Amino acid sequence: MNILSIDTSNQTMGIAIVKNGQIAGEYITNVKKNHSVRLMPAIDQLMRETATVPEDLNKIVVAKGPGSFTGVRIGLATAKTMAWALDIPIVSISSLEAVAYQGSFFNQLICPFFDARRGLVYTGLYKWSPDQKLENVLEEKNTLFSDWLEVLAQHQTKVLFLSQDIELHRELIDKTMGDLAVIPDTSYHVPRPSLLAQASMAKETEEIHSLTPNYLRLAEAEANWLKQQQGKS
Amino acid sequence: MGETMTKDQYILGIETSCDETAMSIVKNGVEIVANVVASQIESHKRFGGVVPEIASRHHVEQITVVLEETFSKAEMTMADIDAITVTEGPGLVGALLIGVNSAKALAFAKSKPLVGVHHIAGHIYANRLNKEFTFPLIALVVSGGHTELILMREHGSFEIIGETRDDAAGEAYDKVARTLQLPYPGGPHIDRLATEGQANINFPRAWLEEGSYDFSFSGLKSSVINTLHNAEQRDEVLKKEDVAASFQASVVEVLTTKTYKAAKEYGVKQVLVAGGVAANQGLRKELTSKFADTGIELEIPPLHLCTDNAAMIAAAGSIAYNQGHRAGWDLNANPSLDLEKYSLRGQQR
Ligand SMILES: [Zn+2]
Repeated sequence: MNILSIDTSNQTMGIAIVKNGQIAGEYITNVKKNHSVRLMPAIDQLMRETATVPEDLNKIVVAKGPGSFTGVRIGLATAKTMAWALDIPIVSISSLEAVAYQGSFFNQLICPFFDARRGLVYTGLYKWSPDQKLENVLEEKNTLFSDWLEVLAQHQTKVLFLSQDIELHRELIDKTMGDLAVIPDTSYHVPRPSLLAQASMAKETEEIHSLTPNYLRLAEAEANWLKQQQGKS
Repeated sequence: MGETMTKDQYILGIETSCDETAMSIVKNGVEIVANVVASQIESHKRFGGVVPEIASRHHVEQITVVLEETFSKAEMTMADIDAITVTEGPGLVGALLIGVNSAKALAFAKSKPLVGVHHIAGHIYANRLNKEFTFPLIALVVSGGHTELILMREHGSFEIIGETRDDAAGEAYDKVARTLQLPYPGGPHIDRLATEGQANINFPRAWLEEGSYDFSFSGLKSSVINTLHNAEQRDEVLKKEDVAASFQASVVEVLTTKTYKAAKEYGVKQVLVAGGVAANQGLRKELTSKFADTGIELEIPPLHLCTDNAAMIAAAGSIAYNQGHRAGWDLNANPSLDLEKYSLRGQQR
């Protein structure tokens, strides 16, 4: 079983090739640069270095957001088309869930989040079950971080925060959660594409055509339009 | 080409520059095998125009659906395809990115050559699906984003001899249509109303300096808006049909006259019309009568090839491919891709 996993949903661009459960290669950059230009050259390089040809692939795994709308679509357009062309299964993983995988050894609550500007975040709440399955505790959403933290504080249990944007919100987390907040070192916040491949093992294969991004947010024009419609009635 | 091309060549075209997700397979650059267009017009109607984010969302949902439909209609597989060609620009960046990344994935997965295509080159080459080119020729490109006169001395070579200095013709149509409270997209409505009215309002024609082949439509647009506004202030009712007819008469006269002059000056054998506004009946009629008995051949593509489609991208892409254009895995969407710079790629072979 050879898996190619792709994550272009946020600043980190990650690609991994996992062969029979072993990581053959992993490519991660964490710079603000164009994913569209860099994704396919990176896939090409990683495939060469791991002596993999497209026909060797048995599955594609893609991070489906939330994140940058454009970034998410670059990953999905690439992954869906490759899966279609090679006629192999595709599996998508929430980009937040992928980050939650970084907290494998933490046995209490895990809160991955991405900054979404103006005090908003994309976030969700996860927990590892005793039999090592990642479970969703609170549904993912686009919310004010201050509101979300109030809810987390009520759980009265330790919460592991995982995010590339941790520094933007550290003060607020400390203020609201106090000793209940656990914030690890920087390397744990960067999503690893090989974990996408691992996460895909617990997931069903999806229908290529109906696989859509996990935006967690309407297009602005759509949101405004809906607001107007509600105003009318 | 010719001598070495013993086997038929099949080119896949991908087009996602605006609000149509389109794919097509074209044989030998001139014959459509399959042509699929998934239009999003219904989704954008309620916003009165194309919303880029919504267009991009549709493209990513449609891309593999359109791919599958194209191949099933053609009764072909990727193994039959010689090259993958995709609109690289100009257009909406988020929309272009879906086509470009999908094309790269397809080319990579199936080890096929990849070629980036200029959207306007595509519109011009829509004509070659109908009739072989004879050079030199002039193409009048008129759409929502473009109004250009382009001289072609050979395949793959594009010289812009005139272009709009402000609004594109199609843009002026859309704005005037909005002022007349016609539904989106407004162009076809104005065209229809114009046939029912009289061109009895004297709107300005922007000829610009002597000898210039450039265009300007913003003055005309403002004049229409002011005329309607002034009439309203005087409680006067102008017939929408007459406003449409008068506006259209101004646009069509300028386009036709400048195209005719350019055709004469450059001694061309063919005049091609391309772009969404080429579907305009008023323009088609006027150009047809202007070029009748001139010995210059006038070609206007059928309606379904005037609007955005991927057959035109495959047609232009087939020339680029045979001239040796190749894109790397770093191919990106280029929302402001320059036609003349694109044209030079063919000469650098
Ligand atoms: Zn177009």
